[in-house]
Amino acid sequence: MIKQLTLIERQHAILISLAVAVCGVFLLIAGRNDPLGVHGALLFVAGVLTIFLVGRHYFAPEPSDDRLSRYYDDPSKAGIILAMAWVVFGLAVGDWVAWQLVYPDLTFGGGWSSFGRIRPVHTTSVIFGFGGNGLIATSLYVLQRTSRARLPDQLSPWFVLIGYNLFCLLAVTGYLMGITQSKEYAEPEWYADIWLVVVWVVYFLIYLRTLARRKEPHIYVSNWYYMAFILVVAMLHIVNNLAVPVSLGHAKSYSIFSGVQDAMTQWWYGHNAVAFFLTAGFLGMMYYFLPVQSGRPIFSYRLSIISFWGITFLYMWAGSHHLHYTALPQWVQTLGMTFSLMLLIPSWASAGNALLTLNGAWHKVRDDATLRFMMVAAVFYGLTTFEGSFMAIRTVNSLSHYTDWTIGHVHAGALGWVAMITFGSIYAAVPWLWKQKGMYSAKLVEAHFAFALAGTVIYVFAMWNSGIVQGLMWRTYNESGTLAYSFLDSLVAMRPYYIARAFGGLLFLIGACIGAYNIWMTIRFPSLAAEQSGDLPERKLATQPAE
Amino acid sequence: MSIFGFHYRLERKAIGLVLGIIVVASIGGLVEIAPLFTIHQTVEDVSDMRLYTPLELAGRNIYIREGCYACHSQMIRTLRDEVDRYGPYSLAIESKYDHPMLWGSKRTGPDLARIGEKYSDQWHVAHLLNPRDVVPVSVMPAYDWLLATELFTDDLSLHLKAQRTVGVPYTDEMIANAAFDAYGQSNPDSPQAEGVTKRYGKATTVRAFDGQPGRLTEMDALVAYLQVLGRLTDAAHKSMAEAGAVQ
Repeated sequence: MIKQLTLIERQHAILISLAVAVCGVFLLIAGRNDPLGVHGALLFVAGVLTIFLVGRHYFAPEPSDDRLSRYYDDPSKAGIILAMAWVVFGLAVGDWVAWQLVYPDLTFGGGWSSFGRIRPVHTTSVIFGFGGNGLIATSLYVLQRTSRARLPDQLSPWFVLIGYNLFCLLAVTGYLMGITQSKEYAEPEWYADIWLVVVWVVYFLIYLRTLARRKEPHIYVSNWYYMAFILVVAMLHIVNNLAVPVSLGHAKSYSIFSGVQDAMTQWWYGHNAVAFFLTAGFLGMMYYFLPVQSGRPIFSYRLSIISFWGITFLYMWAGSHHLHYTALPQWVQTLGMTFSLMLLIPSWASAGNALLTLNGAWHKVRDDATLRFMMVAAVFYGLTTFEGSFMAIRTVNSLSHYTDWTIGHVHAGALGWVAMITFGSIYAAVPWLWKQKGMYSAKLVEAHFAFALAGTVIYVFAMWNSGIVQGLMWRTYNESGTLAYSFLDSLVAMRPYYIARAFGGLLFLIGACIGAYNIWMTIRFPSLAAEQSGDLPERKLATQPAE
Repeated sequence: MSIFGFHYRLERKAIGLVLGIIVVASIGGLVEIAPLFTIHQTVEDVSDMRLYTPLELAGRNIYIREGCYACHSQMIRTLRDEVDRYGPYSLAIESKYDHPMLWGSKRTGPDLARIGEKYSDQWHVAHLLNPRDVVPVSVMPAYDWLLATELFTDDLSLHLKAQRTVGVPYTDEMIANAAFDAYGQSNPDSPQAEGVTKRYGKATTVRAFDGQPGRLTEMDALVAYLQVLGRLTDAAHKSMAEAGAVQ
């Protein structure tokens, strides 16, 4: 990794690490009476460790120039390994949290292991740790191939990948110490948020710089989605995290928004984190890996244009459907509901485009679990977006909101769509990246698929049931016109579903562990580059523009 | 020129796509969020809205730290069963000084918007020490360390100052006396107690929330916060009463 860097890049790497270490020392001193100090120490250690790692190979010979005729895939490889590590960790924490609702004393005593602190550890690890690393790894891979251009340099992708994981680490360790903004999916505090902005700008610049050097006249549809993901997540992140820290020595900050404006800003962020982090980026993934793995071109170019701009425009209005019947003015609620319903059109256009692409390749779906992961992902994407539009209707929302139905809905999306498309893409990319004929074991991919699908279905069915039972019990009146059930009655009724949910989650976790083992074994095998198959024809960069 | 012909040219320009995405994605937020700051009726005007005392604010920060919002909402919707179960539906004014708001999104446990003074301090302390002692079927974690942990008050002035920066009208006097007021509110017999009601109004409750008058613990702060939920203003009760009179 270090030996791939040029001398100048090594110098820059050391300077950046030094800057991180100095910031760490500053936070350590300023926050010595605060949990912030621990994060200062963490940044300092991370900086010093990187300086040491780079310094060890500082005098190694520089890479030869023929590297410039190949794509630069090392950051994508590291990103895939990190994504698999995060998913196993995040799912394990998720299942632990799920069992805590069955056995509430399943903690280790202290505050760090109680539900409220480890629940965001689960959500951040799977959304940002697994999802984010999967997106960074695949986006860099897809960007180079669809542009037929190598990444602009070798340092910036590593900066993005390592910097991003440092952000995830700050987030997750912070929750355990009680550092949180309490904004769902935007819990990390001000200093981690600022760091993420820096990382994100560099990520976007990699995109623009590579596109500027592309040898394809057109920018491929995957890259539209990846760019929308990067740009809009930056917008959402910056606005929703505007806050005033108590002091530079405190981790704690106060949001500049309050009450109803804060609620609307938060759910404008929250819903579009779903849209642009968990949908747009993964659609980019799907638009590349699904056609390549199935050997079929995308069914309709025009459908992809309609769905791209439809999603980019309509999603941004939909957040207020999280606030039906609240103190948010009703005109905003109505707009949110209306646009949520319209959103079904571009969503189903994408799902349909994906499934119709498989026409003529359905025998491959039958035989190839990798492609089946992607196919099932597209189906769940269609199901979940339908369910989402349905739940955004005010009267439906009056039943579903605040209940486990919402949890079932997001897991249909997160497990069925996001995780499945990522696993499918990773299974496609790993043999190509490590120049193998295929995965170590096709049977284990099948096993992973079976566990993942069974786990998702059990989880989602359990939460649909518990959510609807809960919602109905809360609103049932008896003949005398008083509420029929106490809140505790509804809580007792949840227990069997909570057991089923935790069991479904366990199956999904087992599947992911099988996947991680399979990927590890594939990487460890000696390279079979000579007889590789299944890769794209262009291994080398084109020297001439296509036009 | 067809729209697809236009797009065929647009997708050859990275900057064109970037600008297109930014413009198209900005419209929804601008239309839905910006007017909430300018339309006056968004938040009701009431005269009796109080501020959180330093102790209640510290309790609120513990509520945030422990992630209570993951299972408890603080937003009663305008639905009959919710009003019957929890009390008058929530008004925007009630979270006007909540930076950030804690409306929540999930009720694994009940809504807390009107939990204030519904149960005694002793009940809350016993419940937080071990929820299953008072509610056998509860799945809530125990928060027993709160009673053993002294509340850190040295930086409360800084907290109030930051709150003022984001728009909460704390006075210089409130900021200067934040630590005293936190101590006084949980020690009714102490000389500092008087200042609390002087600065924050007669409706402020001054009690030994955790049952230990001599010590100021995190339990004091959290219980003080829970007991003030829904009681910063009477506006919600009044608006329900007016609605009833009209009918």
